[in-house]
Amino acid sequence: MASAKEMKQTLFGPIFANNPIALQILGVCSALAVTAKMENTLVMCIALTFVLVLSNVSISIIRNHIPSSVRIIVQMTIIASLVIVVDQLLKAFAYDIAQELSVFVGLIITNCIVMGRAEAFAMKEGPGMSFLDGLGNALGYSVVLLTVGFFRELFGSGSLFGYQILPLITEGGWYTPIGLLVLPPSAFFIIGGFIWVLRMFRPEQIEAKES
Amino acid sequence: MEHYLSMFVRAVFIENLALSFFLGMCTFLAVSKKVTTALGLGVAVIVVLGLAVPLGNLVNTFVLAPGALGWAGFPDADLSFLRFLTFIGVIAALVQILEMTLDKYLPTLYNALGIFLPLITVNCAIFGGVLFMVERDYNFTESVVYGVGSGVGWALAITLLAAVREKLKYADIPEGLRGLGITFISTGLIGLGFMSFSGVSL
Repeated sequence: MASAKEMKQTLFGPIFANNPIALQILGVCSALAVTAKMENTLVMCIALTFVLVLSNVSISIIRNHIPSSVRIIVQMTIIASLVIVVDQLLKAFAYDIAQELSVFVGLIITNCIVMGRAEAFAMKEGPGMSFLDGLGNALGYSVVLLTVGFFRELFGSGSLFGYQILPLITEGGWYTPIGLLVLPPSAFFIIGGFIWVLRMFRPEQIEAKES
Repeated sequence: MEHYLSMFVRAVFIENLALSFFLGMCTFLAVSKKVTTALGLGVAVIVVLGLAVPLGNLVNTFVLAPGALGWAGFPDADLSFLRFLTFIGVIAALVQILEMTLDKYLPTLYNALGIFLPLITVNCAIFGGVLFMVERDYNFTESVVYGVGSGVGWALAITLLAAVREKLKYADIPEGLRGLGITFISTGLIGLGFMSFSGVSL
């Protein structure tokens, strides 16, 4: 079993120091489209955490029995089955949100983080560490998504989780919502700014100038 | 005819897979450093989307949709929960077959597109395109138009971004934004440009 320090590193490393989205450009696909509302964002994050943790653990358990020539297919099948479970659960218990998330729950299958962690970590380490790695990466992903969702909903429609925080001018308040933030391109700007802020605190992540 | 034309324009500009649904972002950001490579990948995506979406449509109509197995004697079967798994398999198989066919019969094309094909198997744009087709209940002809249209939109977006990035090399970008950060922001600006087509209807 790994030492406590190593475990802590595996769990917390991916959140800021080695954030998968900000650093490795992984998993941005399919995630940003649902960030216009905090509620949808949160559900998406929970769904991803569920899939990532369970896929990491189950792949890690059977890692010694997977022939390496068919490992991608095996990983895909496990991930796809987990996503089907999430999708069916959402359709059964939160139908409205499932409608709004539409195809994006399904797209967790092709999310590069899930495949990437399965291939890079779960195939090599034991189930315990894989669990922590999955959780850490899912949290890192959630931090980015929730930040984007927070700004987009608060300043785009003046609310958080559907509750009005800033009274809108159309309803007699003082806040004029920034319409741009409701549109998809705004997510790109916020992610760009997020990376900038992150790199100001972590100068070692700054990319070298291209020649 | 008009219906198909307006669907095509919608798929290319307004509902651009990359810019308004954020699909295929990993490859979109990683392979957009040079226009020539971006164009090659774009063409490969058009081909695969143009084949995968209609194929997905056929699989959905004749195997997965509720009651679709009526021709095989199972009128009550509903396999729609197997959609994700089936489509992933169909796309992977399609790309593999395409790769082998190109290698055998069109080696020049294979040399140009070959390296991009494996990348495309796990590209969210392909899978997303197929899922959108199912969700919006397109018929076969519509799915052909939608597949090709969304592919063209994706190719257009990645080529434009690559052109911007080639010029960005000469710009003096703040340190923290260098590389990834500025790429995101340029993508957002291109996306805003594409949004201006949303008033267009044919």
